[in-house]
Amino acid sequence: MLEIKNINVKLGQFSLKNISLQVEQGGYLTVLGLSGAGKTVLLEVLAGLVRPDSGEVILRGKNITHHSIQQRPLGLVYQDMALFPHMSVRKNLQYPLKGKGLSARAKQNRIEELARLTKTEHLLERSPGTLSGGEAQRVALARTLASDPEILLLDEPLASLDVKLRQELRELLKTINQTGKTIIHVTHDHMEAATLSKHVAIIEDGSLLQWGKPDEVFRHPVSEFVARFSGIKNIFPCKLNPAAEKNGLFPAITPGGQEIKLLNHPDKEHAHIMIPGEDIFVSEHRLETSAINQYEGEIKDIYLLNHGVELVIHALEDFSVIISRKSLDNLKLFAGKKVWFSFKASAVRIL
Amino acid sequence: MFQDWRTRVVLIFLSGLIVLFIVAPIAGMLLQTSAAEYMGAISDPEVGSSIRLTLFASMGATLIFGLLAIPLAYVLARKNFPLRGLVNGLIDLPVVIPHSAAGIALLGVISRNTLVGQAGEQVGIQFVGGIAGIVVAMAFVSLPFAINAARDGFAAVPEKLEKAALNLGASPARVFFSISLPLAKRNVISGLAMMWARGLSEFGAIIIIAYHPMVTPVLIWERFASFGLSYARPVAAVFILVCLTIFILMRLLTKTRYHVRN
Repeated sequence: MLEIKNINVKLGQFSLKNISLQVEQGGYLTVLGLSGAGKTVLLEVLAGLVRPDSGEVILRGKNITHHSIQQRPLGLVYQDMALFPHMSVRKNLQYPLKGKGLSARAKQNRIEELARLTKTEHLLERSPGTLSGGEAQRVALARTLASDPEILLLDEPLASLDVKLRQELRELLKTINQTGKTIIHVTHDHMEAATLSKHVAIIEDGSLLQWGKPDEVFRHPVSEFVARFSGIKNIFPCKLNPAAEKNGLFPAITPGGQEIKLLNHPDKEHAHIMIPGEDIFVSEHRLETSAINQYEGEIKDIYLLNHGVELVIHALEDFSVIISRKSLDNLKLFAGKKVWFSFKASAVRIL
Repeated sequence: MFQDWRTRVVLIFLSGLIVLFIVAPIAGMLLQTSAAEYMGAISDPEVGSSIRLTLFASMGATLIFGLLAIPLAYVLARKNFPLRGLVNGLIDLPVVIPHSAAGIALLGVISRNTLVGQAGEQVGIQFVGGIAGIVVAMAFVSLPFAINAARDGFAAVPEKLEKAALNLGASPARVFFSISLPLAKRNVISGLAMMWARGLSEFGAIIIIAYHPMVTPVLIWERFASFGLSYARPVAAVFILVCLTIFILMRLLTKTRYHVRN
């Protein structure tokens, strides 16, 4: 297990503040954050390229905070691959094998094995400058794997790839992870995190905002930033009035004037609320249901998703509603149609 | 670009003037020297030995001082330390001071009554009036060319490549010799070539430290002062042709370029 304990780093104007995380053996942690949030610095701290001002990095119970870069079994793959331009792909892969006491035959076998795993056999004699983005990324992965790290640190590995290559590399990362290799992967793309990782951590401006299993983080974001970053819609900054409680329900007023009823109330006058699009029901008429929040609105847009359909319904605010394609057909929904939509007070989350 | 023909004509004219300004005197001298004069200079043992001495001394200065200066160039490119700007400025000092003044300054360090001069004599090295003095004078005035070019070369190597190499288990020394130096090679070599070329042409500092043995720039001056232009020109023309040939060969050898991703 890798434990990151209270890491603090100050680099000019930027600082990493009190970062604590854990990754179990064979785990896959994705660190999500915007550009400049400190994701790459965190990887460099783990790799030993940046010394933390305070805090500890503990690997399998051993404090490696002050170990040299070469002593750490953590392999870093940079976003721009950092392939050595004056060496062929084969020489790049050979680089970490030097001084490991391997025979020429053993080195050759290791390179061939890695080239097979990363599908780079045909690239071995090429110069890095002639590789496409996807090829270079696979070579960079193979080179880091050649150093046989216990933990792979990946800096935006899919950022510069097209959709097809992303899919291929995603599969490769899953395969590598399934061989028992622990992976820490930083990205700004929540979809990457959702599809690949066993745990996600979200950092903003050098601070860790939330971490846990993807489902927990994405369904229960602790702040507006996490929610928006996780691709969640229907987040509204609301005015609250605890004194207006009626039958155990508290009203929250959105900037557009939509009154939304909540089951509980934070001790403040303003808060962000969030309603998951999957928890909103659409109907042609007002319904007699337990859903307290019911509004009439007009369908503004319809987007086909991989699984289902997203409706954007305009009432006093725009609400994003996720329904199935079958419901879209059954209700004969189209842009411009007036519909009712409803959700329970218990579906509303306060961030 | 420059689609307007008038702009093009003005640009070509001005650029041509500057090129002509550099080329015309040298070409004029080479063309004014007759074949007999060339042959005379080539067969003159004094000219031959002075050219050999000049090439050898400048090569020695470049190999000893230029190579020793590479670590400093790397440090200036990669490390942040107090007064780095001052050190960068100090390196250019030999370029901006008069070279005869540089010779006087060096004399204060290497003459026979100084610690360095006496230490040199103990091991059989004579600076004043000796090849060692010529090497030191050439190195002093030409080192900035090697250091500045190498520093720019190291600075242009993406730091991530060095970090990646360290992360792959390489020692800092291996990173330097396998990544930084090969990638900065073009700049380092062209800096050393410039240092060598600058050393060849040095006159002011050398004449103060070692009039004899006579390097070619001193010989040219001596022939000019004692016998006049027609005696100095063939020596200068032969020397320029030798230097140009070597210089062109060195430029051709340092043409490698690498495409660094991103």
